[in-house]
Amino acid sequence: MKIRKNIAVSDSGFLFNPLTGDSFSVNPIGQSIISSFQEKKSDDEIIETILSEYRIDKNTVEKDLNDFKRMLENYKLID
Amino acid sequence: MEKKTYERPIIKPLNSGLMNKFGTRTEYTPKTHIDGVKVSDLLEEYGSPLFVMSEQKIRENIQSAKRIFETRYPKVQFAWSYKTNYLNAVCNVFHQEGSWGEVVSMFEYNKALKNGVPAEKILFNGPDKTDDDLRTAVKNDSPIHIDHLDELYRLIEIAGEMHKKPRVAIRVNMDTGVYPMWDRFGFNYENGQAWDAINKIMATDKLNLIGLHCHIGTYMLTPSAYGVAASKMSNLALKIKERYSKIITYIDMGGGFASKNTLKGSYQLGTDAVPDIAEYAEHITSALLNAGFDTDELPYLYLETGRALIDDAGFLLGSVISNKRLSDGRRSTILDFGVNILFTAFWYDHKISPAQEFSQYTEDTVLYGPLCMNIDVVRENVTMPPLNAGDQVVVHYVGAYNITQSMQFIQLRPAVVMIDTKGTAHKIKSSETLEDVEKNELLPDHLNNFEL
Repeated sequence: MKIRKNIAVSDSGFLFNPLTGDSFSVNPIGQSIISSFQEKKSDDEIIETILSEYRIDKNTVEKDLNDFKRMLENYKLID
Repeated sequence: MEKKTYERPIIKPLNSGLMNKFGTRTEYTPKTHIDGVKVSDLLEEYGSPLFVMSEQKIRENIQSAKRIFETRYPKVQFAWSYKTNYLNAVCNVFHQEGSWGEVVSMFEYNKALKNGVPAEKILFNGPDKTDDDLRTAVKNDSPIHIDHLDELYRLIEIAGEMHKKPRVAIRVNMDTGVYPMWDRFGFNYENGQAWDAINKIMATDKLNLIGLHCHIGTYMLTPSAYGVAASKMSNLALKIKERYSKIITYIDMGGGFASKNTLKGSYQLGTDAVPDIAEYAEHITSALLNAGFDTDELPYLYLETGRALIDDAGFLLGSVISNKRLSDGRRSTILDFGVNILFTAFWYDHKISPAQEFSQYTEDTVLYGPLCMNIDVVRENVTMPPLNAGDQVVVHYVGAYNITQSMQFIQLRPAVVMIDTKGTAHKIKSSETLEDVEKNELLPDHLNNFEL
């Protein structure tokens, strides 16, 4: 999953796409997933990191991650 | 290291400058306790979904409504509208607070009798009273509110047969300046039907006309309509006194006061748009006091307020079954309760709160019920925190009509709990079982066996 290179995310979760002028709000988990994608981490690595930090099961994380990726695609934030 | 609480990743477009059609941020505040009892404990003990009634709130509501009317008018009597919520525990809280019973069928009439309401304090309304129903009410001396001419003629005959003079009121409908006009109950004021019916009653010696009743609408947002109705009812009462020297002992203004729920399509929230009971009271009592009654002949004011006294005392607790993404990108959440037990979801945008803490991040969500039916929508769009399967939610203002109109459809109906004034939960209705549903079914012998 490759996030478009110009996408900027602020510390407070404000995401800006300079190509379209669209802006978004992202929650902390969403932010860390986006930065993991920017660091070219795989889905499995991301899931492992979330499982080590949060009280949650693997199936839920996997389902939510797929859903989040689809939303990033939908908002044209992915190459 | 202590692990953090998980929250689903969310990305939400920011549309600056556009109005937020999803309304204000009222839904975020979690509702973790009801009258001091933890929502999660209630669901664990009694199962999900679960209706919860607050005895404290019911008592506050009826005491406040009585105070509001009694400080404005000397003779006030509330009668609990059974159809709004006829769980015995709920009815008896009202009866303990001095409310009589108001019923619209023999089933409700018998329920009120069984609860211990004296028959002469049960107001018998409704368009469907059989000859047997009328005989029972006549025998017990309950006030009968006559809805149509057929009922009037039958009652005159029955009174003759039984050699008793039933106490009756006629139901009057009228134009109070609001749309739609409710003209299906009783006799019309403007076209003279009501006066015709009164003349018929007075011409026969068989009925004792003691009251006038009206039910001008439901969820009425215009308190002045009640003032118009009270004036017209007073005019009738005064005309009866003038023509027949007969003093009408009560004017029954029916029900219809709005609760704090938000009607679908309403721009403002119900909590902001709905008039206070004091506003209805001011219009009704001013009209009665200014109508021209002699002080010692002021009629009693009967009120059959249901919804406004019980809606905010009822909560529906439930759990999230799953959440998914719809084809157009909207989030949808499936709950374990739907229109089968939350019938009012058809006309209200119910306030729904999560029962646990969340961060400030939210999503626009459709809330669906568990039925395999397209119509099963609890909220068409609502801003909610990211709910996960197993999370719990609380629906507010569900005390009126949901329990009485709930359907055993696809799912069995849930238990109902009442939290008393000391914060102790009591089960007041058990959840339905397969045996309950099949109790009245009969299977012909030839359908007993099959091979597959």
